[in-house]
Amino acid sequence: MGQIPQENIRNFCIIAHIDHGKSTLADRILEKTGTLTSREMQEQVLDNMELERERGITIKAQTVRIIYKAKNGQEYIFNLIDTPGHVDFNYEVSRSLAACEGAILVVDAAQGIEAQTLGNVYLALDANLEIMPVINKIDLPSAEPERVRNEIEDIIGLEAHEAPLISAKNGINIEEVLEQIVTKIPAPQGDPDGPLKALIFDSIYDSYKGVIVFCRIMDGSVRKGTKVRFMATGAEEEIVEVGFFGAGQFIPCEELSAGMVGYLTASLKDVRDTRVGDTVTEANRPCAQALPGYKKVLPMVYCGMYPADGAKYPDLRDALEKLQLNDASLQYEPETSVALGFGFRCGFLGLLHLEIIQERLEREYNLDLVTTAPSVIYKIYKTNGEVLEITNPTNMPDPSEIEHMEEPFVSAEIMVTTEFVGAIMKLCQERRGVYLGMEYLEETRALLKYDLPLNEIIYDFFDALKSRSRGYASFDYEFKGYVKSSLVKLDILINHEEVDALSFIVHADGAYERARKMCEKLKEEIPRQLFEVPIQAAIGSKIIARETVKAYRKDVLAKCYGGDITRKKKLLEKQKEGKKRMRQVGNVEIPQKAFMSVLKLDTE
Amino acid sequence: MQAKELELYIHLPFCVRKCLYCDFLSGPGYDQDRYLDALIRELERYREKAADFKLRSIFFGGGTPTLLTIPQWERLMSAVKEFFVLEDDCEITSEGNPGTIDPEKLACLREIGINRLSLGLQSANNKELALLGRIHTFEDFLTTYEDARAAGFGNINVDLMSGLPGQALTDWLTTLSAVAELGPEHISAYSLIIEEGTEFGKRYANGIGLPDEDVEREMYHKTKEVLAGYGFTRYEISNYAKPGFESRHNLGYWTGVPYLGCGLGAASLFGGFRYQNPENMEQYLKEAGSDALIKDKEIWDQKTQMEERMFLGLRTMLGVEKMAFLRDFGASIESIYGDVTCKYKGLGLLRETDTHLQLTDAGIDVSNVILADFLL
Repeated sequence: MGQIPQENIRNFCIIAHIDHGKSTLADRILEKTGTLTSREMQEQVLDNMELERERGITIKAQTVRIIYKAKNGQEYIFNLIDTPGHVDFNYEVSRSLAACEGAILVVDAAQGIEAQTLGNVYLALDANLEIMPVINKIDLPSAEPERVRNEIEDIIGLEAHEAPLISAKNGINIEEVLEQIVTKIPAPQGDPDGPLKALIFDSIYDSYKGVIVFCRIMDGSVRKGTKVRFMATGAEEEIVEVGFFGAGQFIPCEELSAGMVGYLTASLKDVRDTRVGDTVTEANRPCAQALPGYKKVLPMVYCGMYPADGAKYPDLRDALEKLQLNDASLQYEPETSVALGFGFRCGFLGLLHLEIIQERLEREYNLDLVTTAPSVIYKIYKTNGEVLEITNPTNMPDPSEIEHMEEPFVSAEIMVTTEFVGAIMKLCQERRGVYLGMEYLEETRALLKYDLPLNEIIYDFFDALKSRSRGYASFDYEFKGYVKSSLVKLDILINHEEVDALSFIVHADGAYERARKMCEKLKEEIPRQLFEVPIQAAIGSKIIARETVKAYRKDVLAKCYGGDITRKKKLLEKQKEGKKRMRQVGNVEIPQKAFMSVLKLDTE
Repeated sequence: MQAKELELYIHLPFCVRKCLYCDFLSGPGYDQDRYLDALIRELERYREKAADFKLRSIFFGGGTPTLLTIPQWERLMSAVKEFFVLEDDCEITSEGNPGTIDPEKLACLREIGINRLSLGLQSANNKELALLGRIHTFEDFLTTYEDARAAGFGNINVDLMSGLPGQALTDWLTTLSAVAELGPEHISAYSLIIEEGTEFGKRYANGIGLPDEDVEREMYHKTKEVLAGYGFTRYEISNYAKPGFESRHNLGYWTGVPYLGCGLGAASLFGGFRYQNPENMEQYLKEAGSDALIKDKEIWDQKTQMEERMFLGLRTMLGVEKMAFLRDFGASIESIYGDVTCKYKGLGLLRETDTHLQLTDAGIDVSNVILADFLL
């Protein structure tokens, strides 16, 4: 392929609230431009992680190159960089945005602007992107495109009178979107002859090619054999392959030049040499200054992750290392638990991030994991003047040594239809929320503002929010600061043995309630054993809740003759397999899911 | 060369009507003659392969084998005797249901060599029999039982079932005593198992209406006690016999004696493999007599043998013979299963005698947990 003038390149992403049709629009663009025929196309090509497709969300940025012949007769190269939609992944979003000149903002014609829409728009504006609004789902009976058009203008302040009215699902007006990409989104304006300057916006590990670096070439060009330097780490390597992103595949090419988006591989030995956000330059002709990169994000939620099979500890370490390669927000360090053995204390941006990482470890790396209750970072001011920051409840010092404690609060905005305002306010109160105010965005929709303790929202707040608003509430938050708080450590004893992995820190006022619910939940989750098993919750040496798992009386096969042997053996094998997924604490076998079950205690 | 031991199981899947709890491959409406043709084709194929073996037992199971007509019985038995060598004291059992056997058929069974009769009674309470969907009353059973004695059957088993829907402990003890009083040589007393895919599976999936676990276990514990009073000894989890009348055929299953299973869905342990016939009748009829019949063939390797020695052997009250294990596998039970035996001996669920490793009474109640741990 010859040189493509930068004037004919458009680098953009699509931003939207979850479910507003981002992936569907991406699919339709691919289909209309013939990048994929509809027959070839699997549903939602860009969400290619199995997990993403199941949850209907995008977690990792996906990128695809599209050739579009515009009505003006010219051919354009579109690089579409799909971005995650969830607040936990804002970090990923900002990475992708830095590689683009524009963003298509998809807004649902029935639901209008949602909290996430705003969050993403602000990120895009921060990145100086041209935002091109599109109103989707206009064929829904409840669609109100004109109301939504006004909303975009009033709430966001974006010119929206030319916003295409489309149905991504049914392929209505997609051509208009394509044309506007050409006319509204600016072309890149790099210096093709300057020293190489490329931004790493993502990378993955491939067992054949090694580390594959996704980059946006700002200035200069790169080709096979170019000796490059990774500016942050100083690593230098020769490029083995450069290419661009076909739909679901890597397509090698001669050269990547200024304005282009593509990938490069080099014989990199250490995955840590390629940091997302770093700048790649030519070793022999380096650029003067690295790109600003991304602001470092700090984890807000921590939990212990342990391999179900202790022998898999090194595998877990390798897997975390590889995941961290393209998810710098993931942090981990080794820790040990009496109940769970060797594992890692991992830091995440939020609970969804935690769940996603857990599922990726399980699916992509085939690891069976046990995860402990998530914790935030608590600040402990000791009587001797020392200040501790703890992420693992087990490390909490004796109460007598503690002068006072602080916990992190977030400022939360919850957007909800007015009929559910009462239910959501009740939820926020239960979660120790401090009410700040409410605004009516319009007659039927309100924006609630609360300060909430982070430890109250990292368990099951999302689930509770969704169930109490029948899915209508959306939620965004940002870190506010530390607040002095009356906190206690709650320990769980199973058969009189403390299970460190189940300990957690809770506000003193809610301790009894939580202790009771945890014991009840554990009673449901722990199967009956050969003997009676007491489950107790304690603060210090004081037992504040108790349940008992009765011993089972009967587990016997009445019959086993010649024709049954194979079948009965399979039953026993299943029983043994079930046992393997249990954790032995003293004499008691605890199913691994019991450790996670105590996180979902919302009962309404 | 001394002939090796072998057992033969023949499945006869005919029933007047399906019982509501039953998950066996059986039912009404099959063509008995066509089935016998297939069965005999299958048996004939073992003529060569089993030439070095002598049958120590034959078991006609069902279904209701006693639904075969006299000419059918004669035809089947002469085929067996034509293709196999039988030990002189071969135990030959047929299952049968009250209401399907008259004195003439009983005489025929004796005539062709059947020396043990296993009668499916399940309960001495007519209401319970109706609830189970049985086709007979207790009185029908008594008639059959007396007829069998008159025909000369000196080894009779009666199948009973405890833990029935709505059954109280006293109901069960009444059945038990009524039957023990008659003086059969053998009683199989099973706790009702609710099987998926049966009518009971639908009705009692959630366990509502069944005796609770405590009652059910008490029924089980009392069974041993009551039957001991009539001279029965429990020799396997659900089997009780007067001295010398333990079922040789079934003991073979629990001690690793090879067996051939012929007929619909029947399983075999033979030639170093476990395998099974198809469970679909048309397929069975089509494939019987050809190699295609054999399904799910699995190698019976040393690991499997060790596991089975333990999880089947421990079903017997005598348990697993320690020296035999060492002799057959070149390693002691201790060296293979030391951790497991230690754990359960500590909990009082296993017991070791000078010669054997066996379950305790408490161990029987939760035996699946223990047996599962003997899988390698």
